Amino acid sequence: MIEETPKNAVEVLSFMPELSVVDMWIVVTGAATNVACALVGCFLVLRRMSLMGDAISHAVLPGLVIAFLFSGSLNIVPLFLGAAAMGLLTTFLTQSLHQYARVPSDASMGVVFTSLFALGVVLVKKYVSGLHFDVACVYAGALEYVPFAEPIFGLPRPLFTTLVVLVVNLAVLVLLWKELKVSSFDENLASTMGFSATAMHYLLMMLVAMTTVASFEAVGSILVVAMLIVPAATAHLLCDRLGVMVFLSAVVGVAAAVLGYAAGSWLDTNYAGMMTVAVGVLYGLAVLFSPRYGLINALVRNVRMSLKVMRDDLLAMLYRVEELAREKPLSPANARRAVGGGWLAQWGLAGLVRSGQIASTDDRLQLTDTGREVARSLVRSHRLWETYLVEHLGMPLDHVHEPAHRVEHFIDEQLRRELEAKVDAAAGDPHGREIPGGE
Amino acid sequence: MDGLSLSEKVMIGTALLGGMSGVVGSFAVLRGRSLVGDMLAHAALPGVCLAFLLMGTRNLLGLSLGALASGLVAIAAVTVIVRWTRTKEDAAIGIVLSTFFGAGVVLLSVIQKPSVGGNKAGLNLYLFGEPANMLTGDLFLLAGVAVVVLLTVAMLFKEFQLVCFDTDFAQSQGWPTLGLDLAMMAALAVVTVVGLPIVGVILMAAMIILPAATARFWTNRLHILLLLAGALGVAAGLLGSHLGRNFPAGASIVLTATALFVVSLLFAPQRGVVARVVAEWRLRRRISREHLLRSLYELGEPRLPLVAELRVEQLRTYRYWKPKLLERLLQWAVAGELVKVAENQVQLTPLGLRRAAELTRTHRLWETYLMQQANIAADHVDRDADETEHLLPAAVLLELEQQLEEAGRLPRAIADVPQSPHELEPPPPKPKRKKPQS
Repeated sequence: MIEETPKNAVEVLSFMPELSVVDMWIVVTGAATNVACALVGCFLVLRRMSLMGDAISHAVLPGLVIAFLFSGSLNIVPLFLGAAAMGLLTTFLTQSLHQYARVPSDASMGVVFTSLFALGVVLVKKYVSGLHFDVACVYAGALEYVPFAEPIFGLPRPLFTTLVVLVVNLAVLVLLWKELKVSSFDENLASTMGFSATAMHYLLMMLVAMTTVASFEAVGSILVVAMLIVPAATAHLLCDRLGVMVFLSAVVGVAAAVLGYAAGSWLDTNYAGMMTVAVGVLYGLAVLFSPRYGLINALVRNVRMSLKVMRDDLLAMLYRVEELAREKPLSPANARRAVGGGWLAQWGLAGLVRSGQIASTDDRLQLTDTGREVARSLVRSHRLWETYLVEHLGMPLDHVHEPAHRVEHFIDEQLRRELEAKVDAAAGDPHGREIPGGE
Repeated sequence: MDGLSLSEKVMIGTALLGGMSGVVGSFAVLRGRSLVGDMLAHAALPGVCLAFLLMGTRNLLGLSLGALASGLVAIAAVTVIVRWTRTKEDAAIGIVLSTFFGAGVVLLSVIQKPSVGGNKAGLNLYLFGEPANMLTGDLFLLAGVAVVVLLTVAMLFKEFQLVCFDTDFAQSQGWPTLGLDLAMMAALAVVTVVGLPIVGVILMAAMIILPAATARFWTNRLHILLLLAGALGVAAGLLGSHLGRNFPAGASIVLTATALFVVSLLFAPQRGVVARVVAEWRLRRRISREHLLRSLYELGEPRLPLVAELRVEQLRTYRYWKPKLLERLLQWAVAGELVKVAENQVQLTPLGLRRAAELTRTHRLWETYLMQQANIAADHVDRDADETEHLLPAAVLLELEQQLEEAGRLPRAIADVPQSPHELEPPPPKPKRKKPQS
């Protein structure tokens, strides 16, 4: 009997923690950051420049310090400018080192961003030491404090700046969709189409730098790096079209924010870190279960294929035994052994008996009528192919059985007819055996 | 050892670290894996935290083992991702780097809860490093690791060299390439892990890459590269910690290493930027000079064997030289006794004529080749030959000479050599000496 009516929907879902406004701001900020990063991240991943995200997120440090010194405040606008400038500088130096000094591209990226970061650390120590520079905060951010930041237009400041960047990224993507797409997949085509792939590259890096800086305060650098790469990589495993990939990466970003927040609340740990772990878990799930590229699905496909081949082999073998009109009956154990044995043979045989293609009575196997039809087509395919190989490709006689044995499972009726037209089927296969007629 | 002051300990420690990083980093850079150091440094964090949670105390050896374990797991994860999925290597490194570090941050926040005991003060510093925390015991650990790592590299030098440069050949010879690869990565992981508490994450990544990339400007040979990278690492460690007394030590070391890198980038002989610019300028100058001589020959060719006197203006419009450039070229030619200049007339000296004929011969040899072998039309070959003729090797020239002689287009000043007026004696055997470079 229900004694009390529930006060609100949240109470009904008693397994979920009560959501408050504070919680909501945290989730929304996390989600906005993740989506902003995922949008540009897709292009980084496709261009094989994922680590530029890591590099730029570290290399912006001196730019931030210099902007802070010039503007005298932590106002976001000069910081954006400083970050954008550093993004351009990092890109320029990396390219130049690679092109003119012939340093390998990964080493040039490493040299540039680590030395810029070291420079930033020195500048911080020298000029900003008065300001409390919490190391861990830079990495892990302070999502926990976002709801209590000063509001701009009713939104906590970090959320506002993140939304601005999100809108800018989205706008660039929409306006320059074709250019970004072409330059990501084919730089030379971009040149022939009349726009500069290099310009797109620099633009992208500038967006990365600005996104990084906008996100620092809320989520720290490590979440930014994760969100630039992982949602895009996850989406990459799930689809083949760029538009779908961008959309899915945004979805993954939001999911990571929600899951990370939930886990972080439950375990009472750092939210940004938890969101990073969550997105990693989502990537792992995609690796395993992606419909087209997942490992589990690939395994399942492989097993099903092996099973089909095994069943075909059993049927064809029984047909050949019948052809030879042998007196001694074939037992299941012998049959299994003849096709290679093991659990695959066991499964295959059991499946054939179940589907009524083989009858197993008194320890003796026999083809049923349906089974015989299937077996006949297989043997026909096999022998037609052997004949074709000998007559048209001039292969020696002792070389044709193996290929035919492998290919016979994939020859369909149309191909059989074409083969029949090309070879003289009435004369039998190269080994002198009759080619069973078609239906 | 207890008598050492802190700054001395820091200097020794960073020198050891720099030397080790340079050596193992060379293999990483050569194999295009520079950023694996960065990844290892980030991925070590969860291992450090787990080790702390298990041990309950900040023991450098224990934490390092934890870091090493999670670093090796990270390497395995990257390998699996690259091998079994469609994700490319750079994205795989980024994914593992960031998610492992995120897990580390989570564990760090767990550790920092008041309910979890133990001496946590040093843990945060795995992120940024703090040489000031270096104890004497840590120095022993560093020295021990350095000895082991360097011994491993020395013993497996030939095998590493083979796997670095030609993995397929190594495999075909039966070497366990996967095992050797993992050994290289493990050495990298060990060095990264012991360096973390000293210089921190990003700066450790820098120490892996910088000395090796710097040494690369100076040499092509692997054993010299390793020695040089090690030496540069040691130098960066010593100089950096000494010069940077008032700065964060890790950053000073990296900036010192960067300075060494920039200096090498600019001034290394052969591979340095300055050297390459000079070499290119010299080449262009040689090309201009050869063009001058050939132009003189071609302009005067109809009147051979009489050597023509040409007007400077005629010469200038032949190739549209800028007047100043032409003036400089003629000065060089006069100084080398290749031409005589009087009033506005230029004339080849006999020496100059011979040299010009040689150059013209090379040019025409190449033109012939282009026409006959590459089916290029006769009016298209001049520009091509112009560019290639300065760099053709002697064997090619000999072969083409035969073709030209058959076509009757060999320059005459060379083809006519007067008969010897006296009997020729075979020369006494002389020790071989190198042909002087032209």
